[in-house]
Amino acid sequence: MTTIFQELLAYRVLIQTLVVRDLKARYRGSTLGLLWTLLNPLLHMAIYALVFSVYIRNEMERYPAFLLCGILPWTWLSSALFLGTTAIIEGGSMLKKVFFPPQILPTVTVIATFINFLLSLPLLFGVLLLFGVTFGWSLLALPLIMTAQFALTLGLTLIISAVSVRYRDIPPILGHVLTFWFFLTPIIYPVSSVPERFRALLSFNPATPFFVAYQEALLYNRLVPWEAFGVMIGLGGVVLLVGVLIFERFRWSLVEEV
Amino acid sequence: MVPIQVDGVSKRFRRQTVQPSTTLKSAIVDFLRGRKVSESPATFQALKDVTFAVPSGHTLGIIGRNGSGKSTLLKLLAGIYRPDHGKIGVRGKVGALLELGAGFHPEFSGRENILINGIVLGLSKREVRQHLDDIIRFAELEEFIDEPVKTYSVGMYMRLGFSVAVHADPDVLLVDEILAVGDEGFFQKCYDKLAAFRRRGKTIVLVSHDLSTVSRWCDTVVWLENGRIQDQGMPQRVIDLYRQHVAAQEAEVAVGEHLRIAAEVSQAPEVETANRWGSREVEIVSVKMFHTSRQERYVYQSGESVRVVVHYRVHHPVPDTVFGIALMRSDGLWCYGTNTAVEDISLPPLGEEGNVEILLERLDFVAGTYYLDVAVHALDGYPYDYHHGLYSFTVKSDLQEVGVCRIPHSWAIKPLVAVS
Repeated sequence: MTTIFQELLAYRVLIQTLVVRDLKARYRGSTLGLLWTLLNPLLHMAIYALVFSVYIRNEMERYPAFLLCGILPWTWLSSALFLGTTAIIEGGSMLKKVFFPPQILPTVTVIATFINFLLSLPLLFGVLLLFGVTFGWSLLALPLIMTAQFALTLGLTLIISAVSVRYRDIPPILGHVLTFWFFLTPIIYPVSSVPERFRALLSFNPATPFFVAYQEALLYNRLVPWEAFGVMIGLGGVVLLVGVLIFERFRWSLVEEV
Repeated sequence: MVPIQVDGVSKRFRRQTVQPSTTLKSAIVDFLRGRKVSESPATFQALKDVTFAVPSGHTLGIIGRNGSGKSTLLKLLAGIYRPDHGKIGVRGKVGALLELGAGFHPEFSGRENILINGIVLGLSKREVRQHLDDIIRFAELEEFIDEPVKTYSVGMYMRLGFSVAVHADPDVLLVDEILAVGDEGFFQKCYDKLAAFRRRGKTIVLVSHDLSTVSRWCDTVVWLENGRIQDQGMPQRVIDLYRQHVAAQEAEVAVGEHLRIAAEVSQAPEVETANRWGSREVEIVSVKMFHTSRQERYVYQSGESVRVVVHYRVHHPVPDTVFGIALMRSDGLWCYGTNTAVEDISLPPLGEEGNVEILLERLDFVAGTYYLDVAVHALDGYPYDYHHGLYSFTVKSDLQEVGVCRIPHSWAIKPLVAVS
C-alpha cells in the first residue's frame, strides 16, 4: 500500500523529467500550445455565456466569470482522466523494456494537467478583474482546495489508467460519463438555483464541494468553512486510497497485458 | 552472496488472444448474464522451476530456441515481470539492454532524449550531464544530436540507445540479442564496451542465438528448453549438447516432411504436376534416403554416405528402361546427375515390382539444402515417371567452405627460404 508512494518518491527525478517532457511536447516552439490551453476554456465560457445569458436570458451577475471558476478546474479533472486512459498504454514500450513502477505514468499525467491548470490561472484572474471581482484572504483557500482535488484526480486517474489496459473501450465510455458528470456538477449553474428537492442529487456528487469552494473563494470572496475543507480532504483521501488499492491489484498484470 | 540468484522460478502468462472480455461492455454483459468470466483463462507456462546462480564477475549465456523462455527470464531478472513461484535475487544496479532507446520521444532532440533515457535507466541528472559528451561521442552523433530523433536512421537510434545504456554503468548488465545492430565498426565498439565491463568485474547475462558468441564470451551457459533448464554448465559442453539436440530435431522434422511429400505422391499416382510427369508404364512408388541400412534420414553431414532406394512398379512391360537420379542445389543448380544408360549398367528383368538402389559413397557437398530428382524413362528419353524436385535433404558442415562440392584435397606449405 505505502510502496506505491515510496516508489513515486524514489523515482521523483524520472517523474519530473517526464512531466517536463509532456509539457515541452505541448508547448514546444510556439505559443500555440499555451494559446490552446487558454483558448479552449475561453471558448467554452463564451459559448455557455452566449447560450445562458443571451439566448435563455439568465440574469445571473458576472456569469462568464462564474463559468470560468468552474470550467478551469473541470478541464484539469477531465483532461487528466482522458489522458489517463492512454497513459500506461502509451508508456507500454518503456514499461516492457525498463523496470520502473507503472504508477509513475498516470501520476505524470495528473501533474502535467495540474500544471496546465496553473498556467491557465492568470487568465482566470484577468477575467475576474475584468468583471470587477475583488480579491481577499479567501484566496488562501485555493492551495488547500487544489491539494484535495489533486488527491481526488490522482485516485481516479490511477483507476482509469489501470482498467484501460484490460478494457480497451474505456475512452468512449468515459466520454459519456464525463458529459453527464459535467452537467450534474454545479459548474454552469450555482447550487442556489437548484430546487430544494434536487439538492440531494448534488450532494451525492463528489465533485460538488470542490466547485462550490472554487466559486466561493474566487468569485464571492467568502471564506470557505472548515467543514467544507474536511469534506474535500476526506473525499480526496478516500478516492486516492481506493485508487491505490485498485491499482495495486492490476499492477503486475499491466506490463504483461499492455 | 552472489549477484544473481534464481530459485525455483516459474512464470505463467495469460493467453491474450483468447481473452473473453477485452471490452468493459462485454465484461458487464457477461456479469449480468451470470456468466463466469472464465475463472481460469488459458495460460502459457513460460518458465518452470528455473534455478541457477551467477557468481560475481561472471558472464552467463542463455541459449535455447525461440519461445524457450529466454527473454521472459531476462525480464524477470530486470524486475519487469514478477515470478509466480520462486525467488529472484539481483544485487546491485541492473542495466537492461532489452531494447535500445526505450522511451525515446520522436519529437525531441537526441540531447533531450539522452536525459530522459538516462533517467529512465537510473542515472541522476548530474550523472547524465557528466557523461553527456561521452555518450554523444560514443554514439557518433555529434552532428545530429540537436535534431529530433524522428529524423534518425534505425542505426543512429540504436547507437544512441546503446550509448546511453552502457554509460548508465550498471553492476549487472542484461543483454538481449541487441548487438546485431549498427554497422561493423559500431558492432565492434559495442563488444569492446562489453569486454570492458567484464574486465571491471561486472556481471553480465547474455541472451543470444549466436552460439559462437556465447562460447567465446560466457563463463557458464544455461540452456532453456520449453521453459525448463535442460542443462547448464561449461559453455562448450552445453553448447555441443544443444547443437546435437537441435540437429536431432531438425532431422526428425526433415523425415516428417519427406513422409508428407511421399504420402502426397503415393495418394495421387496418376496426377501430372509441374514436379511429376510421365506415362507411368513404370511407376516410381517411393523414394527414400538412408544413412545406414535401416535409418531413414534427410539431414547429412558433408562427406557421409547416402543410399537412395527407389521403389518401382511395372504396370505395362516396356522394351527398354533407364533409371536416373540428379542432385540439385536449392537455387536450381544441377550439381550432379547420372543414369543407368550413361554408366552402361545392364538391367535384369524388372519383374512386377522392385527396388533400385544407388549408393553415394561420399556426399561431399558444402552446407545447404539440396533436391533429389529421380526418373525412369525409355532409352530415347520418353518419360515413364519423372519426379522433379520433390525430395529435399540438408547437408551440414562445420566448415565455412564455398562453392558446390568439396574436392578431396590436402595442403602443403613449404617455405623455401628460412627466416634468418
